[in-house]
Amino acid sequence: MKSAPRPFFRNRDQMIPGRPAPVTQVGVLGWLRTNLFSSWFNTLLTVAALVLLWRIVPPLLGWTVFNADFSGETGEECTAAGACWAWVDQRINQFLYGFYPPRAYWRVNVALLLLIPAVAYVLFDKLPYAKYGRWYSLSYPVIAAILLIGGFGIERVPTDQFGGFMLNLVAGLAGIALSLPIGILLALGRRAKLPVVRYASVIFIEVVRGVPLITLLFVAIIILELFLPPRVSLAQLVRVMVMITAFSSAYMSEVIRGGLQSIPSGQDEAAQAMGLSYWKKMRLVILPQALKISIPGIVNTFIGLFKDTTLVVTIGLFDILGQARLLQTNPDWIGKVDHETFLLAALFFFVICFSMSRYSINLERRLDTTRR
Amino acid sequence: MRTTNWAKGAVMALAIAMAGVSAHAGTLEDVQSAGVLKCGINTGLAGFAYTDDMGTWTGFDVAYCRAVAAAVLGDPDAIEFVVLTGKTRFPALQAGEIDVLARNTTWTLSRDVDLGLTFVGVNYYDGQGFIGRKALGVMSATELDGASVCIQTGTTTELNLADFFRTNNMEYEPVPIETNAEARAAYEADRCDVYTTDASGLAATKATFDDPDAHIVYPEVISKEPLGPLVRHGDDQWADIARWVLNALIIAEELGVTQGNVERLAGGTDHPEINRMLGSEGSYGEMLGLASDWAVHAIKAEGNYAEIFDRYIGPDTRLGLQRGLNALYKDGGILYAPPFR
Repeated sequence: MKSAPRPFFRNRDQMIPGRPAPVTQVGVLGWLRTNLFSSWFNTLLTVAALVLLWRIVPPLLGWTVFNADFSGETGEECTAAGACWAWVDQRINQFLYGFYPPRAYWRVNVALLLLIPAVAYVLFDKLPYAKYGRWYSLSYPVIAAILLIGGFGIERVPTDQFGGFMLNLVAGLAGIALSLPIGILLALGRRAKLPVVRYASVIFIEVVRGVPLITLLFVAIIILELFLPPRVSLAQLVRVMVMITAFSSAYMSEVIRGGLQSIPSGQDEAAQAMGLSYWKKMRLVILPQALKISIPGIVNTFIGLFKDTTLVVTIGLFDILGQARLLQTNPDWIGKVDHETFLLAALFFFVICFSMSRYSINLERRLDTTRR
Repeated sequence: MRTTNWAKGAVMALAIAMAGVSAHAGTLEDVQSAGVLKCGINTGLAGFAYTDDMGTWTGFDVAYCRAVAAAVLGDPDAIEFVVLTGKTRFPALQAGEIDVLARNTTWTLSRDVDLGLTFVGVNYYDGQGFIGRKALGVMSATELDGASVCIQTGTTTELNLADFFRTNNMEYEPVPIETNAEARAAYEADRCDVYTTDASGLAATKATFDDPDAHIVYPEVISKEPLGPLVRHGDDQWADIARWVLNALIIAEELGVTQGNVERLAGGTDHPEINRMLGSEGSYGEMLGLASDWAVHAIKAEGNYAEIFDRYIGPDTRLGLQRGLNALYKDGGILYAPPFR
């Protein structure tokens, strides 16, 4: 006789109590396992990286900090095996302000302080008094120019005394602030239906982009000079800023054109169907989407532009890199500060460029409306 | 038709403006009315042009600028320094952006003639040399067959080096490097046997090594590099002033006139040439278009040639350069200024 088929499941009459996850999966150990030792290949890479770090970090710290000299009047007094930082104390102002007169350093500092709200109102919404803040941001360049150059009752400082990191900031920020709007116009111009506008944009972009920046700088410094009357010279800083801005505008326009291309033509047609004019269509429909897509490229161009400001050293302006080289030729320090001065300059650039890059990531997240 | 006329007019105006640049005479009046001398200097060269703690320009070439400013304007600080690279220095001078260029520039025919510049003298006789390790066992540059040579690219030193090795039938392996500081580091890191640059640079380089005595500067100097200040073609009065300021500094050394005693000697001495130079006899300042005590101001600015040399590049500085060729003719050098009379 066939027995009744056994049920292949049975009801559990009591729940198994929850147990903690295995120690190898959670906590420090779990993190190590999943991130560093998940396979033999990753284990190998981890070990190799650790060895490399061990070989690099302690000597680097030893050189830059523990075995370094921090005080002294000349390079002669730097006798330790490590870096020589004794110059920082007497030279830091020149690295920051260049040949700007010391009695007017406060003006640079005030301009920098005023920059913070000006930038904040551009970058972040939801700030108090945003309506007035925008106007303040727009007028900031004028305020900064008066503070830095003088006039209107303030002592004038010729722009060729600008130098150090301040010069990098002035040239870089002016370039950034101007190259975005000019780049947008060029990108729109390149897609325009009017041949005059289109060809003018194409010629500008291709000519400027097809020439190295350093060549443009030499044109600004040398060739322009031959057309000006003797003993009259357009400030070098102005020429440099014009060239850097033109150069990055050309790059910027291509980045933005990439964003424009990626907007489906349906958006364009829909906006037209709504009866929007060209500028309204661009401002309300096309550009917000195109710019959002272009953020990484735009910030990339900004960072490149900011670092390009060091090229002014080749035409005899002393930005922070120029100051570093200048100190290297000072008989008191010669041969002692070749690496240290460059390291300090690099640190300044890293801080600024890294902040820009972090902000761009933040902005991308904030504006991301599609993939959430 | 109207446009062509307009274009013609513009071209004419431009041509006149350009002609105005090249034939512009009256630099002295320009400088005096501006109250400031525009002097072109190096972007930084140990001993010759560098900045001190306060960011003030100083150095051997800078001292000459200050002497000219003192002679012309009576104030050694009435200067606007225009910092120039190797590439921007000549256009800046040609275009009138500067009045005088004192930027360790080698006097060559093409620069003097073709570029339309006027060298007003030599303030430092330099020449290309070699530095090597004593451990190499070589005592002369003529024994360097097969050596690897660290060299800064894009300079005349490259050409001189090739010429020297070819005329001596020797082989060498060039190690090209972009800047002087990198070349020095490469030599120190043993990437090449010897390092070549101008002798003044070699001495400065040697002084920075941890163990200077382990290195030797070979006696051979393979090129002539007479470095001097220069002005534009076409303004002889201004060139004369620049030339005689330099001469006055050299003659002051010859005659024992120093920064310290120049004021006292200016009152009149038994030595006729000192009197002529310092203006208590004759009207030599007037001939130049300057005040009679122009040389007093020039010497008071930074001292005579020897004082300037010793202060910035001489044996007691970190550069530790010997006078060598730059000694007065009566001390075995070739420094020889025409007389004041």
